[in-house]
Amino acid sequence: MSATRTLLSPAALARPRGKAAYWTVFTGVVVLFTLAFLFPVYWMVTGAMKSPDEVARTPPTLVPEHWHPGAYTDAWDLMQLPQHLWNTAVQAAGAWACQLVFCTAAAYALSKLRPAFGKVILGGILATLMVPAQALVVPKYLTVADLPLIHTSLLNDPLAIWLPAAANAFNLYLLKRFFDRIPRDVLEAAEIDGAGKLRVLWSVVLPMSRPVLGVVSIFALVAVWQDFLWPLMVFSDTDQQPISVALVQLSQNIQLTVLIAAMVIASIPMVALFLVFQRHIIAGISAGSTKG
Amino acid sequence: MTSTAERRPTRTAAVHPVPEPPPAGRSRRRRLAEQARAYAFLLGGLICFALFSWYPAIRAVVIAFQKYTPGQTPEWAGTANFTRVLHDPEFGAAWRNTLTFTVLALLIGFAVPFVLALVLNELRHAKAFFRVVVYLPVMIPPVVSALLWKWFYDPGAGLANEALRALHLPTSNWTNGADTALVSLVLVATWANMGGTVLIYLAALQSIPGELYEAAELDGANLLQRVRHVTIPQTRFVILMLMLLQIIATMQVFTEPFVITGGGPENATVTVLYLIYKYAFLYNDFGGACALSVMLLVLLGVFSAGYLRLTRSGSGEEDA
Repeated sequence: MSATRTLLSPAALARPRGKAAYWTVFTGVVVLFTLAFLFPVYWMVTGAMKSPDEVARTPPTLVPEHWHPGAYTDAWDLMQLPQHLWNTAVQAAGAWACQLVFCTAAAYALSKLRPAFGKVILGGILATLMVPAQALVVPKYLTVADLPLIHTSLLNDPLAIWLPAAANAFNLYLLKRFFDRIPRDVLEAAEIDGAGKLRVLWSVVLPMSRPVLGVVSIFALVAVWQDFLWPLMVFSDTDQQPISVALVQLSQNIQLTVLIAAMVIASIPMVALFLVFQRHIIAGISAGSTKG
Repeated sequence: MTSTAERRPTRTAAVHPVPEPPPAGRSRRRRLAEQARAYAFLLGGLICFALFSWYPAIRAVVIAFQKYTPGQTPEWAGTANFTRVLHDPEFGAAWRNTLTFTVLALLIGFAVPFVLALVLNELRHAKAFFRVVVYLPVMIPPVVSALLWKWFYDPGAGLANEALRALHLPTSNWTNGADTALVSLVLVATWANMGGTVLIYLAALQSIPGELYEAAELDGANLLQRVRHVTIPQTRFVILMLMLLQIIATMQVFTEPFVITGGGPENATVTVLYLIYKYAFLYNDFGGACALSVMLLVLLGVFSAGYLRLTRSGSGEEDA
């Protein structure tokens, strides 16, 4: 890595003045990043542990005078966080499963099975990338409220999250492009051994696609966990609401420290996921740009 | 970038589903069976796309011209929805705010991550730390970031004014002032979203061949000239794509104004998407909501098409 030449030449950085400038900039960026990105998180985590008086005090205290972890337990009980976290987990898991099943199957068909009008279908799917998704929430809501032909409503049902999640053109395209790179002879060899198409997908294509499946899975989970407008529309029933909607609905009439504690709790799952899989997530995001 | 030369043939073959000349023994029935199997794999995905992407797009256009109440037979309304929406005093405010938000987000939300990525690419230490930290806010749910900043912007004990006081600067009304509310929201959106831009741009910077910088330096180019004549042209495609994606995303901003300001003060932060939401769920006017959606859709569609055409012809010259 250090061998690659960037904007500054290694020679310039090796000179005493270059070295001094480098370490000045380095320290500056560390301080800036800590203040801009870590400090707000610290402020949130410790803010929840201050007493209601202390959190409203000016000038504020940097470290809580007395630690009150009670706000976290209050948030857990008063705001019914277990219920909302469970709802979010169910919605995210179902959306993930739907996306994996439907998107991989469709991507495999488009990549390897040569369906008639495959190009038209792929075009139609890619065209949805160009359409601003949020702009279509109202007609999408009306569709979910009264499904065509079967006239069923999916409102207040996790299916309202699961099924639309499967219509994810970005992930489908990522999968298709990955499948495209699997040589056809590998699949044909498996077919000569008597494997059906489903068997080929399951035991040849999917094991080879582990990296892309990981990226798609993380994108799918994060998207549901972070979404707000769609679940706000779809779940009017408080008991079904995911954590993001519940937080906003409850934020009006709850004590500040309890709300902050709830915000911390709501952030933990995705931040933990990120810290565990940071290498893969960052590589996945970076790969998206250079493969273009 | 990763696709090597020997992989290409399979790739193009898969992209163009041109039926290969049928082998002598292959019958029509067998080909039909193959098609049926291919469509069996496609079916689930196709239904989801049809129901939740294609049908709503068509339906937006249809309902925009209807008087639509859920549960009742819609009646044709001509352009009544459009005229009603156009005469709404909030209409002008919503578009003005959305466009201002988009321009500010480009100025702040694009320039900052761009410069940050340039600097990060030069740093040889703690690389993983920087990448993790800059992306951390992206993983915090947007609702939490919005509520967090709402608390920071609190005119009383909010962190934002405390920081200004500590630096002996005049305090601001932030989201409570009609003239500062929108900028305050842009800051939140930038803080929350720039990690992705930084990482993508960093990856693009790493793909620039080092020899180009060496050659430029031999020609006597200083630091800024190297940025201008090597870095920017080499990453032009990524810059243009990131800009387009960001414009499309910020034109649809909703969570920050909804959670932090509720559209206020004095409609200073009502956005188009917020207005769409209001029409549908507060006024129960789905025709008006769809008319607005169609306007947004057409505007963004025309803009994207024009943008892609302009930038594509530009890159063609440079590549040649």
